[in-house]
Order: sequence, then C-alpha cells, then structure tokens
Amino acid sequence: MDTVREENVLEVQKLVMTFGGLMALSNLNFQVKKGSIKAIIGPNGAGKTTLFNIITGSFPPTEGTVKFKDRSIQHLKAHKIADRGISRTFQTVELFGNMTVLENVMLGCHTRVRTSFMASGFVLPQSRRKEKRIRESALKILKFIGLTDKFKDSADSLPLGEQKLLEIGRALASEPELICLDEPAAGLNETETHVASSLIKAINAKGITVLLVEHDMKVVMNISDEIVVLNYGQKIAEGPPEDIRNNSRVIEAYLGAEA
Amino acid sequence: MEKITLASQLLQYLITGLTVGSVYAMVAVGFNIIYNVTEIINFAQGEFVMLGGLIMVFFHVAMGLSLILAFPATVILVTLVGMLLDRLAIRPIRQPSVLTLIIATIAASIIIKGAAMFIWGKDPYDLPAFSGRNPITFLGAVIQPQYLWVIGFLVFVVIALSIFFDRTIIGKAMSACADNADAASLVGINVKQMILLSFALSAGIGAVAGITMTPISLMEYDRGVMLAIKGFGAAILGGLGSFPGAILGGLIIGSIESFGAGLISSGYKDAFALLVLMAVLFFKPSGIFGDIEISKIKRF
Amino acid sequence: MLRITKLPITIFALFIIFFPWIARQIPAIDHYTDIMVFAGIYCLITIGLSLLMGYAGQISLGHAAFYGIGAYVSAILTVRYGLNPWACMCIGVAVTAAVALLVGAPSLKLKGHYLAMATLAFGIIIFIIFNEEIEWTGGPDGMAGIPGLSIFGFELDSVEKYFYLVWGFVLAAFVFTVNVIQSGTGRALRAIHASEPAASAMGVDVSRFKIMIFVYSAVLASLAGSLYAHYLNFVNPSTFDLFFSIKLLIMIALGGMHNIWGAVIGAGLITFLSYEWLHYFEEFDVIVYGAILLLVTIFLPQGLAGVPGIVKDWFRS
Repeated sequence: MDTVREENVLEVQKLVMTFGGLMALSNLNFQVKKGSIKAIIGPNGAGKTTLFNIITGSFPPTEGTVKFKDRSIQHLKAHKIADRGISRTFQTVELFGNMTVLENVMLGCHTRVRTSFMASGFVLPQSRRKEKRIRESALKILKFIGLTDKFKDSADSLPLGEQKLLEIGRALASEPELICLDEPAAGLNETETHVASSLIKAINAKGITVLLVEHDMKVVMNISDEIVVLNYGQKIAEGPPEDIRNNSRVIEAYLGAEA
Repeated sequence: MEKITLASQLLQYLITGLTVGSVYAMVAVGFNIIYNVTEIINFAQGEFVMLGGLIMVFFHVAMGLSLILAFPATVILVTLVGMLLDRLAIRPIRQPSVLTLIIATIAASIIIKGAAMFIWGKDPYDLPAFSGRNPITFLGAVIQPQYLWVIGFLVFVVIALSIFFDRTIIGKAMSACADNADAASLVGINVKQMILLSFALSAGIGAVAGITMTPISLMEYDRGVMLAIKGFGAAILGGLGSFPGAILGGLIIGSIESFGAGLISSGYKDAFALLVLMAVLFFKPSGIFGDIEISKIKRF
Repeated sequence: MLRITKLPITIFALFIIFFPWIARQIPAIDHYTDIMVFAGIYCLITIGLSLLMGYAGQISLGHAAFYGIGAYVSAILTVRYGLNPWACMCIGVAVTAAVALLVGAPSLKLKGHYLAMATLAFGIIIFIIFNEEIEWTGGPDGMAGIPGLSIFGFELDSVEKYFYLVWGFVLAAFVFTVNVIQSGTGRALRAIHASEPAASAMGVDVSRFKIMIFVYSAVLASLAGSLYAHYLNFVNPSTFDLFFSIKLLIMIALGGMHNIWGAVIGAGLITFLSYEWLHYFEEFDVIVYGAILLLVTIFLPQGLAGVPGIVKDWFRS
C-alpha cells in the first residue's frame, strides 16, 4: 500500500449539522489528500459555508467527526484549530480594516510567534526579537502575494481584489498545512480572478493543501485535483474535474437550481 | 399562633413582591418596546418612571389638578420627554454602535436626573393614594388599595399593548420593524417614525409605572437607575424582547427582592435583584424562556 | 494613529516633573498640585479602561468597584491589622485580580448591552457591600486613620512628594500599556475589535485576551484605590458609587477612547472640572457631565485626542 503518498490531511466522517430542525449537512463523508487542491461546489444553500465553519471551528457539528492529521478536531474552538495548522479566509472579506496591510499579515503570524503580556509590557529583548521576526516574515508574504508597495495602507482602502489577496496572505502567515478558501474569486473581474488562481496554485506548489469553496467553475475546473459536489447538505458526486463535468446528477442539480 | 403569623408574613412578602414586581414588569416592557424596534437598551428607562412620579406630584399636588386630569397630562409630558430623547440623543449619532448608543442613553439619563434634582430638589415626594390608604386585610396580610391599582395598571398596559400590536396598523408596522427593519422600510414603513414611536410608548408606560408606584414608595430624583437596572433584570430573566417574559420576569424579581429583604437582610434588598440579573446573564443570557423559540412568544 | 512616539512622552514627563514647581510660583494655582494627585489617581484607572474599551472594545460600568476594593483592602488591612501599606497594596491587587477574573470570565462572553449591565450590576453590589458590612468597612461613615506611605523610611508626607509617587505610577503604567499596545498583544486586541471571527480564525484566543485586559484594567484601578486611601487617610463608600464609574466613562469618552493619550487628557480635564471649575454648579454639575458626554458622543466620537486628526483633514481639504 502506498500509504505515504495517499495520506489524508483532512477526513470528514458522517458529518451532520442541523439548525433548529433544518438539516444543513447530512451524513457527509470525504477526505482531502495531503498536498492536493480540493474544491467543494454546489448550488446556493448546499451547505458549503456551513461545512467550512465546522472545519475551522466556528461551531461544532451536531454529529460526526472532523479529523485533521488523524486527530479529531470537531470539538475544538476556532483558535485551537488555527494552532493545529488550519487557516481560512471568509466569503465576505473579514480583514482587520482598522489595521495596515502589513499589520494584517503580522497578525496572521500570531499562532507561531507569541509574546506574553508581561514580556510585551516590559519590552523584554525577546519580545523585540520576536516582533522583528514577525515583521520580516510578513514582508516576505506581502512580496509573495504582490502587495509589498501597499504595506502601509489601511486594509480598508484596498480594492476588493487586493483585499481578497491580503486575506489569503494573512492566512498564509500562520504557515498552515491546510488552507480553506471561501470563494476566493467571488466579486473579482477576469484579471483579478486569474491572479487569484495562479496564487492558489503557487500556494499549493509550496506543499500546502488547499480546500476551497468556489462558484466560478472555470477556476474550479482549472486548479482543482478533486471536486466534491454538495446539494441540500448531501454529497452527490466526488471525483476529478473531468468526471464531475459530465456527471448527470451534478448537471441536474445545477440546472434544477437555476431553473 | 406562630405558624399563622409566619404564613401571613410570607403572604405579605408575596403581595408586596408582586406589587413591586408589577412596576419592574412595566419598566421591562418599556425596555422591550425600544429594544424590539431598535436593538437599543435604553439606560434612561428608569428616568421615565422617576419623571412620571414627580410630574404627577407637580400636577396633582402642587397644581391641584384632579387625578383624572393629572394622570393623562403626566403621561403625555413624559411621552414628550421620551420623544425628545430619541430626537436629541439617539438620532443625531452619526455612527451608531452598541457602545455609542449605550453612552448616549447614559448621558441622557444623567441629564434627566440632574434636571429633576434642579427642579424638585433631593427630597422624596409623596402622592395621595388613588383610593385612600385604608388597608384591606386578607388572611392576615395587609393590602394597600394602591397595590391593586399598580397591579391593575400592569394588566391594563398588557391588554392595551396587545391590542395595539395585534389590531392596529401602526402596531403591526412596529412589529414589522422589530422583525426586519430593512424589509419594513421596503414596504413603505417609516422606520425613523417607528423608532420615535417606540421611545414615546416606552416613556408613556414608564410614566404609568411611576405614577402608580409613588403613593406606595414615594419618589425622588435619583430612583431611576435602580428601577432601570431591575427592570432590565426582569426583561433579561424573561428573555429580552419577550413581553410575557418581561411580565413574569418582573413579578419574579419583585418577589425575590421582597422575600430576600424580609427573610435575609433588608440592607441587601437591592443586591438580590442584581444578583439574579448577574446569574441570568452568566448562566442563561437567553432568559428562562430561552429554550422555547423566542420569536414565538416575542409578542402578545 | 497608533504609533506612540517617545517625544510626547518625554515632554509629558518633563511637564509632570516641573508641575509642582510651576504651581508654587503662581499663588492662584498653588493648590493645583493637590488636584493633580487626584488626576493622577484617576489617570491610572482610565489608562486601563482605555485599553479595555478603546482597544479591546469591551465596555465596563463597574470599575468603581475595583477602585473601591483596592482602597478598602488597603484601609482594612492597615487600620485593623496594622500591616505594611505596600504589602496591603499588593494584597489589594491580588484580591482585585481574583475578583476581576471571577466576574470577567463569564461577563466577557457577553457582548454590548449585556456586558454593560453585568458590570453595572456588579459595581452596585460591591457598593452595597461597602455600605452594609459595617464591621469591616465602617459602613456609610467610612474608615479614618489610614496611614500614609513611606519608602525605606522616607515619609511621603507632603502633597508634592505624593504627587511624584502617584505620577511615577502613572508614567510606569502608561509606558507599560503603550508597549503592550505596540506589541503583538495590542495587535491581537485591535484584531478582536475589528472582527472576532477573523481574529479567532487566525489563532487569537479571543476570550483569553479579553479577560487578560479586563484583569489588567482592574488591577490598575485597584492600585489607584490604594493610592487614594493612603493619600486621603480616609475612605467611605460614596467615592466608589455608580456615578464614579460613569465619570470614568466620561473621562474616556471626552479624551477619546481610541487613543491612550485620550485617557490622560480626559482624566485630567474631568478632575479639574470636578475639583475646581464646576464649583459654581454645585451638585448640578451632573447636568454638565451629562451634556459633555452627550455632546462628545454626537459631535466628537474620537474625543479630544481625535481633534488633531480632524484639523489635519480640514487643512488638507
């Protein structure tokens, strides 16, 4: 058995989520292979964002388990999950608007480098060294996402396309093993979408596993290794892009939703 | 003999508690009216009650207006204060956040309190009871006729409000704002007017509470804060936004306070209600009705 | 906006150092040194509160209670048990921190209105305890005979000596707080303020940070309380009533809660208003305070510390 290469970073098992009688996810199972790009698609209200929120610890599932590197994480709070190595972006951009571009990325380093309250209050040399290290690695990330020139601007002042990039950069700063991107191309024009997809590929090339929710089928088909299709909280198909493209149930779900 | 006195003593505490609780319930209903339309907790809610009592003293005692005239005059005047509060303190805020709205209503409450001290001084004022002070004895407990007036007015307020919200167009429009302000404004409801109306209504109910309680417990300029926080406790206990909850919460808080003062310590009388408030906030901030879907019992 | 440079701090420190000397030269203001002691004591509280409210976005209407706990622990332990005042100050801090942790842990899960009401209720309960536990606190009459402070046998027995002690504390707290703001901790706090979900998704333990800041601000208030008790040699409950918590709020709002300098400016101005400039209004000064609070909230949401920014924008356009 070729277990080393086929290792799963994330395993979702029998996941159920109900909101006051409403079934948002029912008995969902899938895995994400280490180093792959996996996309989750489905019509509106299929449960994609709910799934993301459960994986990243916004709320616990009603039933089922989420395993990250073979340890269950579904009971952990969001910040603990971030510590374990899962990072995320939000569908509606959630930047720290009152902070600069650089500070946003620096905050992303929070999981890796921490200074205690006392140490920072007394400006101990160790806290200064840490601050310098955070700054350097944040600048590196800004270079990677192409926002070096704007490091001093406030995050609010960026156009949406750059805000989305910055959010990805902030997520990268925690050096995650798995990055969850919630609609990275939503609201972007064609050029911006192109930039975003090549950035996602570049992230993946660094060895980071990517899980993404996306509506833009071009992006999904282009960059994903595997796709999971959800409809009404259920998995209706899973496989590589070419299989999904021709899957009759998927076509039905989408046409049904659009009609 | 001993047992009978204890039983009548307990009954006495209960009756007092329910009376005080009716006042808290009215304050809580006032909180809910504003909260439902605006999601603002009006920290000046207690000042309406204080103003109700003192303005009534002015009309009825100082000016000698009859009860029938002084009562509505007081309610109207306090209602105007409520509307002014919205126009002068709430609406001008350009970037309303929870923090700034809290601060604005706190500011308004100390201005009202200061103005009341300026007008009436620091002494407590008495008001003649509506139908005399000959107590009724009931199973060894003493009931002041005014107690019945307080409880009666709570019932009246409850019935009037439920008719208002269920049967009148304006009431229904207010309910719509409470459910979804954006949608309400889309169907042509003037949300700003509804907010103004909510402050007016809530001030009016506060005035009724103040007028009816003053013959029992007197009234002075600085009573507002305590009334507000206990009324808030009642609102929270019953689930913020729920009217039946507010009434039940008020009666429970009033009773706890009355029994606590009678059986444990009168010095800590005010602390009991606050402890209940903190306990509810810490352990069940959705209130005792929290498990039931709030929306179902939100209105009458 | 958030970079706090060394120059203003140095100028401010020099101002404090020379203040008593300047006040002595001008008879009309020679009692200002005494008022500045109180300003310093309040400043110690507002520095912590500004961090809590402005940077972490949490409202507290109960800080008078922590101030009172510090003062009463110092008063009771020195008067009734004859302990060393400095030891009492430390015990006061420990007690306050424990109480703040106990109240803060559940309170800070609450948001907005609920948190305001929970801290308000807490403050009133503590106030009632100060009044009712007469055996310990002396009840409404308060406690007299609290000893003054001395450092290694050097008695801080004059207003000026105490002035330097209090402002030494303030300066230390100010610098410490500024360092915190400019570190990763401050960044995490601002992140919490901007978006709690995003902050926690980036690994920030939101409730831990909130509690930490709440306890820190309570500890500063407790220190201020001890300093107050040893300065006046007397405490009574009315100092620690609800209105004091509101006054703290007014200080922060007037100075500007998004800037630590606002805490200093607000505390200074309100102290001088209440001890000196509002005498004419007697008890009706509450109306003035209410008006200040309302006007600032409506017209100057950034407080006085935001004025330079407004002026700058005005010139640019």
